Amino acid sequence: MAAIVQGIGATAAPSASSNKFLLSSLGSSLLEKKRNFFVVRSDGKCYTGLNQQQRRAQNVVTNAVATKEEKASAAVGSKPGHELLLFEALREGLEEEMDRDPCVCVMGEDVGHYGGSYKVTKGLAEKYGDLRVLDTPIAENSFTGMGIGAAMTGLRPIVEGMNMGFLLLAFNQISNNCGMLHYTSGGQFKIPIVIRGPGGVGRQLGAEHSQRLESYFQSIPGIQMVACSTAYNAKGLMKAAIRSDNPVILFEHVLLYNLKERIPDEEYVLNLEEAEMVRPGEHVTILTYSRMRYHVMQAAKTLVNKGYDPEVIDIRSLKPFDLYTIGNSVKKTHRVLIVEECMRTGGIGASLTAAINENFHDHLDAPIVCLSSQDVPTPYAGTLEEWTLVQPAQIVAAVEQLCL
Amino acid sequence: MNFTSESSGKRIPCFRVLDDNGYPIAGSIFEQVNKEIAVRMYSGMVTLQIMDTILYETQRQGRISFYLTSTGEEAINLASAAALSPDDVVLPQYREPGVLLWRGFTLQEFANQCFGNEADYGKGRQMPIHYGSQKHNYFTVSSPIATQLPQAAGVAYSLKMDKKDACVVTYMGDGGTSEGDFHAALNFAAVTEVPVIFICRNNGWAISTPITEQFRSDGVVVRGQAYGIRSIRVDGNDALAVYNSVRTARQTAINEQRPILIEALTYRVGHHSTSDDSTKYRAVDEIEHWKTAQNPVARFRKWVQGNGWWTDEYESEFRSNIRKQLMEAIQLAARKEKPPIANLFTDVYEENAPNLVEQERSLGETIKKHPQDYPSDVPL
Repeated sequence: MAAIVQGIGATAAPSASSNKFLLSSLGSSLLEKKRNFFVVRSDGKCYTGLNQQQRRAQNVVTNAVATKEEKASAAVGSKPGHELLLFEALREGLEEEMDRDPCVCVMGEDVGHYGGSYKVTKGLAEKYGDLRVLDTPIAENSFTGMGIGAAMTGLRPIVEGMNMGFLLLAFNQISNNCGMLHYTSGGQFKIPIVIRGPGGVGRQLGAEHSQRLESYFQSIPGIQMVACSTAYNAKGLMKAAIRSDNPVILFEHVLLYNLKERIPDEEYVLNLEEAEMVRPGEHVTILTYSRMRYHVMQAAKTLVNKGYDPEVIDIRSLKPFDLYTIGNSVKKTHRVLIVEECMRTGGIGASLTAAINENFHDHLDAPIVCLSSQDVPTPYAGTLEEWTLVQPAQIVAAVEQLCL
Repeated sequence: MNFTSESSGKRIPCFRVLDDNGYPIAGSIFEQVNKEIAVRMYSGMVTLQIMDTILYETQRQGRISFYLTSTGEEAINLASAAALSPDDVVLPQYREPGVLLWRGFTLQEFANQCFGNEADYGKGRQMPIHYGSQKHNYFTVSSPIATQLPQAAGVAYSLKMDKKDACVVTYMGDGGTSEGDFHAALNFAAVTEVPVIFICRNNGWAISTPITEQFRSDGVVVRGQAYGIRSIRVDGNDALAVYNSVRTARQTAINEQRPILIEALTYRVGHHSTSDDSTKYRAVDEIEHWKTAQNPVARFRKWVQGNGWWTDEYESEFRSNIRKQLMEAIQLAARKEKPPIANLFTDVYEENAPNLVEQERSLGETIKKHPQDYPSDVPL
């Protein structure tokens, strides 16, 4: 175990990290906002004392399923930063933003006194009051509409869908109003709303509660979509989404809420449009996001044992795609494998395949392989459910096939 | 065991101040409107009438693509607007341009939006009559029915958080009250205790669906109580009644931080829009009756003239003045340049996204390659 971790750490190129540390000052957050979409990559320089490489090695997750992260050899106790679970990281990001800006408010079902179905808003109602952490009646279309109206008048609401699948009821408001009103009003009204909630396939939650909404929403013009996968990026993306003046949909995953990680004490905000380099490599580019990242990393262990060197990128930004990071990787490895939880038809993988083919066709040595869930509603039976998802064994087989 | 009956037997009475001939009804208690406001309200109603007639014809002539009149509902438009303050936020459905007119939107600005030229605040992105103006606190019209209702609850929530001395006013038709958004919006507003006034223009028709087929309840006013909302039914063709009820509603909404529902009974004299011919589903003499005998503009005129604040000479002079101004505005709007193609890609996000930059570049190249297929009067 320790050897593998060290090995991965050693092959990491010095300038490969794309995570940004921004010191908490208004200046840097303004800098963040004014940044062009094609962001100037960090040259590996950190603004804090932490060594990036050591952090990378710490973050390699050795289990596919969300459990406590096993710490590798090196002394962890003496490291700065604090340990918390992913849902706590989301809450921390939310709380910091609510402290910073009184216009930030939360609305959703059971977010107030109950603290949220996944405890993301626990304790916030007591701290900020019932008005800023609003419990709504059960009408997703309507409280999303309410959030849009509030956003147009200057508030920065965060609308929580108890489960992403319920936001299908809010599709009208999200598509026809949230995405459109900035445009159709001629830029007069902006909608700085964040819509978030857990989605994805859980543990036998049934078909209606295992939806992958990112496929349905990806076409809506005017919105941005991001998916978090670690406590670190969850907090950073939450903060970035709140500060963004565009409507942002933040996809969380039901099974990732209890992931434990050590995150920095200093304030940091991540870039909404950037992908995350999880593991640099040479042989094949594996693009993934959310929970599938962990299946990929588990497969990566096996692949490394077999002598392959996969480059794993967590795309994070689902709309727009970070074609800069992805492109650089494709130009290096010439082979692409996409691993997603969406259904095969019309999923994020389908769009990503099209985008890469269009832009980087000349750099590909083989057709893009996309591993997705089948086009079936998610069954309740555990064994059936497990096999609708892409498993590490399939990922290993696909890479072997691709690298023949 | 007692089932509450589906109807209370008696219909909710309707608040009126002026009778059909424009005389105050004996015994009616109402706040007097002073000369300045009355004349401004009346001239606004006349302006709206003229705007509707001329712009409707403009569509028929093929100069604009679409238009929607508010004929028959002028009193609701102007009187409700007059009862509000400029800080009150308005979320319209689409048959309330009179509210914008009251707030100072000029005939030129209306014409610009209808022609979709470069001076349009919406930058040519929406259909005609989808007006929107942030400086007038009038949210951009969005076509889907009733989507503005939960948003209004949200705006009111925002005002409540800021403790502003303002309320939200949102409009819908009788058809809009069947949408799910209507029910949830009313429920939300009641539960969150926010200052929003829901004004339902019950004009009898939802395109071709009459109210007898829209609901089985005693109109819209009874629904307020079901959600715990104070409501009133008012004669929507009586400008003074509408003015009074909206004034009181506004004070209650702000002071008591509660929503109010106003059902204003009226009649949609015009077709649903230029894409509709209402004679196909309703009798011509029904339309005529409401156009003449029950005309809200004529009724208010009788009251204003009765007070000595308006004369027949003013009327013809005013009408021909407005007509001339509007014709000029239309000529100017038609001649103005259309918005540049670059506007196709801006305002999708706060800042332009790389895929949009790429798409714009690609479009530019296509245009350069095939200039003959591209209209010569549209800038790039």
